[in-house]
Amino acid sequence: MPLSISLTVNGDRHDVPLEDARATLLDVLRERIGLTGTKKGCDRGQCGACTVLVDGRRVNSCLSLAMSMDGADVTTIEGLAQGEDLHPVQAAFIEHDGFQCGYCTPGQIMSAVGLIAEGEAGDDPERIREGMSGNLCRCAAYPGITAAVIDAQRRMAEAEDERKRA
Amino acid sequence: MNLFDYVRPASLSEAIAAGSKPGAAYLAGGTNLLDLMKAGVAHPGKVVDITRLPGLDRIETLSDGSTRIGAMVRNSDLARDPSFAASFPAVAEALLSGASAQLRNAATVGGNLMQRTRCPYFYDPNSACNRRESGAGCDAIGGETHSHAVLGWTETCIATHPSDFCVPLAALDAVVEMEGPDGTRDVPLADFHMLPDETSPGGADLKPGEIITALRLPAEAAAFAGNSRYLKLRERTSYAFALVSAAAMLRMDGDTIAEAHIALGAVAAKPWRASAAEELLNGATPDAETFARAAEAALDGARPSGDNAHKIDLAKRVLTRALTQAAAGTPDRMPALPASVFASVNGASAHA
Ligand SMILES: Cc1cc2nc3c(=O)[nH]c(=O)nc-3n(C[C@H](O)[C@H](O)[C@H](O)COP(=O)(O)OP(=O)(O)OC[C@H]3O[C@@H](n4cnc5c(N)ncnc54)[C@H](O)[C@@H]3O)c2cc1C
Ligand code: SF4
Ligand code: FES
Ligand code: FES
Repeated sequence: MPLSISLTVNGDRHDVPLEDARATLLDVLRERIGLTGTKKGCDRGQCGACTVLVDGRRVNSCLSLAMSMDGADVTTIEGLAQGEDLHPVQAAFIEHDGFQCGYCTPGQIMSAVGLIAEGEAGDDPERIREGMSGNLCRCAAYPGITAAVIDAQRRMAEAEDERKRA
Repeated sequence: MNLFDYVRPASLSEAIAAGSKPGAAYLAGGTNLLDLMKAGVAHPGKVVDITRLPGLDRIETLSDGSTRIGAMVRNSDLARDPSFAASFPAVAEALLSGASAQLRNAATVGGNLMQRTRCPYFYDPNSACNRRESGAGCDAIGGETHSHAVLGWTETCIATHPSDFCVPLAALDAVVEMEGPDGTRDVPLADFHMLPDETSPGGADLKPGEIITALRLPAEAAAFAGNSRYLKLRERTSYAFALVSAAAMLRMDGDTIAEAHIALGAVAAKPWRASAAEELLNGATPDAETFARAAEAALDGARPSGDNAHKIDLAKRVLTRALTQAAAGTPDRMPALPASVFASVNGASAHA
């Protein structure tokens, strides 16, 4: 029986035929759908470079069996910006030097988006660092990453307040 | 990774029928199974996806007051459930000290119980390992034994069980519910992971085809909520397995310990319930000297399985400090660094 899955990725539906069941969500995103923003670091759940949102929750796409993700709503780094307007987390990473080589950055940003949505860390740098500990950065841009997450979270909350007032 | 068939049964009975076939493996979050398949350690011929089975994702209170957690509840959802975390704070703390936020969002209750050891020789198909292949031998002995057992090991296997979640569960008398081809079965979590003996490396008490359906915490377990801690020593601050860990829970009666429940993690092939230490604490006053005696009792009979004698001392210190923290009271809010030895909550001394 030929295998296939259907995914909604960044709002677009993709029906993806698979040769066999071994593909991970990471492989499907990169190799089949052509979204190479999501990175393969360790491929074993140990670095966070492959972080995406599945149904709004951050997960490691390298340990997600694609077949099991059939029907899922996936957001990748390519789905954050609105045209030329960067997502507040993306803008904050640039402003606060949240990266050097950039390899871990898509995973860091997706993880930060997930962390902010979870809404538990507040602006305590220690809670942010702990909440982001699933994303390693070999360039050690950690101080910038922490500052970027705190700043982006504040701006998103302000924008939300303004939207409510309007 | 080898080729395999993938099935996604619609009902528990269909899943059990598929999972009873030789070479079949259940897939939950996949965070351990896929890792083992990539390493060439697990090579199932059939992967049975149980993530969409109905009815396994609930947290409920039963009529006898016990709490029942479906096997498919994700680790992060359980830790964040306000009523669960209020009743069983050390379980929530242990969950939040494990792996990373991404992994906890995928990892399930059943998968966490069933996760395999992190013994590096188990993970390397080129090494001899009795746990992978019965009778092959054990390359860990005489090798790198930093993470290995100091309690309950034999020459057959010196590996530890790596779960944080299971440690407070063992202390709280949790029960594992299973369903298989021959019907349903309950096993106390403290007996679920079997120790090695002279011939067998031990492992989980799960028969072919059986699925863990739920975990139950007895009503009495919530009585420890006011004085419950989990403490986990790691080689980095976060996102690392335990070197040693301890769950300490006290039911206080004024200034006296009415009842103590204690378990140690990463010291044996199962979460290690420390009954002798509990007995010593029941009715005692919580002070440094009593806690130190309890820690001695907990590690009674411990012996290094290689170059890891330091783990015995570390386990005593971690337990002493966990008891000190538990006596000071469960913090109102989950610490910023759950279960961390770097957290200075409750004024506990940094070096117990
Ligand atoms: C980088 C990394 C760091 C980690 N750090 C920690 C840590 O610090 N502390 C910690 O405790 N854990 C840690 N883990 C392990 C993690 O907790 C487990 O991988 C996870 O709990 C497994 O759950 P799962 O649902 O993904 O299981 P799966 O990978 O889907 O399954 C694991 C095993 O359980 C079986 N299984 C699953 N569900 C059932 C069921 N209901 N009935 C019967 N069998 C079942 C499967 O067949 C398989 O053999 C870490 C993992 C990684 C990759
Ligand atoms: S300690 Fe156990 S798991 Fe590790 S190599 Fe020896 S038999 Fe295998
Ligand atoms: S590539 Fe997935 S965690 Fe490293
Ligand atoms: S920016 Fe280089 S790894 Fe993080």
